[in-house]
Amino acid sequence: MKHLRFGYVTAPVLGVMWTFVIALTVAIAMSFATGSAFRPSGLGALIWGAGLGLACLPGPVWKPVAAGIIVTIAALFGFGPIAIGDGVSGFSSLLGAAGTAGFAVLGLWIMLDEVAFGPINRHVFEAAIIKFLTGFGYIFFTAIVLIPFYVMVLTSLKNQAELIQNPLDFSVDLSKGWDLFRSYDELFTQFNFGTYLLNSFIISVLTVFITLLFAVPGAYAVARLRFRGRAAFSRSILLIYMVPMIVLALPIYIAFSMLGLRNSLGGIIMIYPVTTIPVALYMLQGYFRGLPAEIEEAGLMDGLSRLKVIWKITLPLSLPAMASVSLYVFMIAWNEFLLAFMLLDDPSKFTLTRGIASLNSSEIPRQHLMAGSVIATVPIMVLFLGLERFMTKGLTAGSVKG
Amino acid sequence: MSDVSPPKGSGPLARLEARLAWGLLAPTIAAVALVVILPLLAIFWISIKPVSLSDLRAPEVVIREDIRGDYESVGDEASIRYRLRNSSQDQPIRGVTITDTIPQGLAVFDLDPRCALDGRALFCDFGDWEGGFRETLMIPVMVEQSYLDTNLRPQDTDATVTGRASSVLSNATFTFDNFKRVFDGDEFWSVLWVTLFYTVFGTIGALLFGLFAAMLLNKSFKGQGILRGLYLFPYVSPVIAVAFAWILLFDPFSGSANALLIQMGVTQEAINFFGQRPLALIMVTLFEIWRYFPLSFLFILARMQSIESDMYEAADMDGASPFQQFWYLSVPQLLGILSVLFLLRFIWTFNKFDDIFLLTGGNAGTRTLTVNVYEQAFAVSNIGAGAAVAVVIFGCLLLFSFFFFRFISQEEGL
Repeated sequence: MKHLRFGYVTAPVLGVMWTFVIALTVAIAMSFATGSAFRPSGLGALIWGAGLGLACLPGPVWKPVAAGIIVTIAALFGFGPIAIGDGVSGFSSLLGAAGTAGFAVLGLWIMLDEVAFGPINRHVFEAAIIKFLTGFGYIFFTAIVLIPFYVMVLTSLKNQAELIQNPLDFSVDLSKGWDLFRSYDELFTQFNFGTYLLNSFIISVLTVFITLLFAVPGAYAVARLRFRGRAAFSRSILLIYMVPMIVLALPIYIAFSMLGLRNSLGGIIMIYPVTTIPVALYMLQGYFRGLPAEIEEAGLMDGLSRLKVIWKITLPLSLPAMASVSLYVFMIAWNEFLLAFMLLDDPSKFTLTRGIASLNSSEIPRQHLMAGSVIATVPIMVLFLGLERFMTKGLTAGSVKG
Repeated sequence: MSDVSPPKGSGPLARLEARLAWGLLAPTIAAVALVVILPLLAIFWISIKPVSLSDLRAPEVVIREDIRGDYESVGDEASIRYRLRNSSQDQPIRGVTITDTIPQGLAVFDLDPRCALDGRALFCDFGDWEGGFRETLMIPVMVEQSYLDTNLRPQDTDATVTGRASSVLSNATFTFDNFKRVFDGDEFWSVLWVTLFYTVFGTIGALLFGLFAAMLLNKSFKGQGILRGLYLFPYVSPVIAVAFAWILLFDPFSGSANALLIQMGVTQEAINFFGQRPLALIMVTLFEIWRYFPLSFLFILARMQSIESDMYEAADMDGASPFQQFWYLSVPQLLGILSVLFLLRFIWTFNKFDDIFLLTGGNAGTRTLTVNVYEQAFAVSNIGAGAAVAVVIFGCLLLFSFFFFRFISQEEGL
């Protein structure tokens, strides 16, 4: 490590790596946005990156600016860190080349802020590395999270022929207007998605209510009341929460087949809450433990019964926790796939997830599948982003199942 | 002063409290027993039974009733026809009887010896039926005026059928073939190996990614909230939606990932990401990491934010470099949450079914134990073998939970 700790070594090395990361990012972004041919050039990144690294060492501002302009021009002429294919429009080329050079210079300028040309100490060296890793991390995570969702949304707006012609071309023809949303329209008019949406919503809301109805008294008992077997009980909650769904699904399938409960939303509503009660109970009892017992004792002294204490004191105090638990349970019920898939066969009774599974056939175009996915994803995202505070708290509070 | 000792045993108040507690817990215990404990016991029972998918329906008498011949005017001779069969091809039905009502105005003039008529009530006793048995019963009748007036046909009143059939699920036939089938051959070991690979790498990967993401966001800057919300997307969106998005993205014919790789010159021809060994297994593991890193990230971030910053300031004063601070200060502080997360995620990844089922359906060398339950029970239609795999899973689970309680009890103070 020691021989790396010279500005004239650190700067080019970081420069090469960072320039390559930026070239790759810009190439992927430009390809996904316009469908035209951009690709990072390893050799270009090696040569120009080293130069950019040296130019971005602390010093007069004109040096990195000039370096950036030179790299942009080089890229436009075909030997920069990013290679632009034939037939790419002038504007896209300029955007790609300038974007690569600009972000590379900007990043390096920040990274190499304290790095001198000569020997540098361990602090400065590691700080520069950490800044590089941070920048890389932001790009990396944002890209891996966004790309599948980006593909999902834009595929739903296109048609099969366009998709096969150029799988990279995600540009949306805005002149089509409302026609862009044709897949959505067809899903709602021909594929019954309105009903599925309603079914999913009703099932999820009922699941939340039933879960709370069972879990609140149970959680209170585990958190507050002393009885023999309390510790064993709170452990077995966790144990139940580790039984795989598929193991339970098989006997449930058999029992439902024999009782004629398959293909009924009532059957689904009987099962869903039980899968969420242990989680909800565990999350709630953690919260109840944190509430001061003195208030409840005061209520008891003033003549309230235990049940009244729960209703009038504990519940109002734990509204935030109830919100998190409700959200979390709603999410589980909304996203549930396995049971819906096994127990529902009748297209008039599908939930959204089951409905999407039925779209997965070679006869139904891809954009319908993706439009269905978007329909299932958007409500949960909206709910989640709106109430993100509760969600994160709820998730961390309950050591949550996935 | 007399000796004062604390009261022994439980007083009336304590008993009252315990009774209330059990009362509050009763609904939960009942529900969980019904939907979790009962199915678990059922799995053990089914695993030693030779059950296939078609056995789920107990054999029953299928009956169709109609009227044949002329029945337009008074004095016409017609017959009521019952077409009967055993719905099962191999299971017998014992003591089959039929009870029906003959409509007004049809006079029965010839009766099958197995049947008896009491007023308008018809009763027939057919005895035992072997599997695949069929029978047509004709009852000749004379049409009278009242039949033409009432317009009530024989098929309008439903015949009642009785008969006892033994179902494989409840009789005393037992077999160990299911377990033999599961453990036989190389298949079981390859399934176990795939499960372990998926579980171990999926868990460790999700933890490392989560740790990295948590370190990125463990500082306040503008847009931190947005990024935190964004990084949770894979976890909160429905698995079926993201799984299909991945399939589409990595499609060998029209997938964007392949187009991108070809354009960048990484590969000459399209790669079938989810269709070839061992790439499919790596891809489903990556999917698992992608989908669950947000969870580890959330927990690790919560723990990081509760570490006092004084410690880092002190370390800074003492000249510790950033990497040293991470290794000697952050990592020991995070070790607790990391080990808890590892155990939890390990068990949950082991239990995971939906993801692999949706991505590859267990093909191309991605069949894990949980997918094998489904394969055996529904694709091969051998419910018993599926249950046997489920029992194996349950055994592994017991083993894990033993470790879980060993370690987690100390960590969480449960």
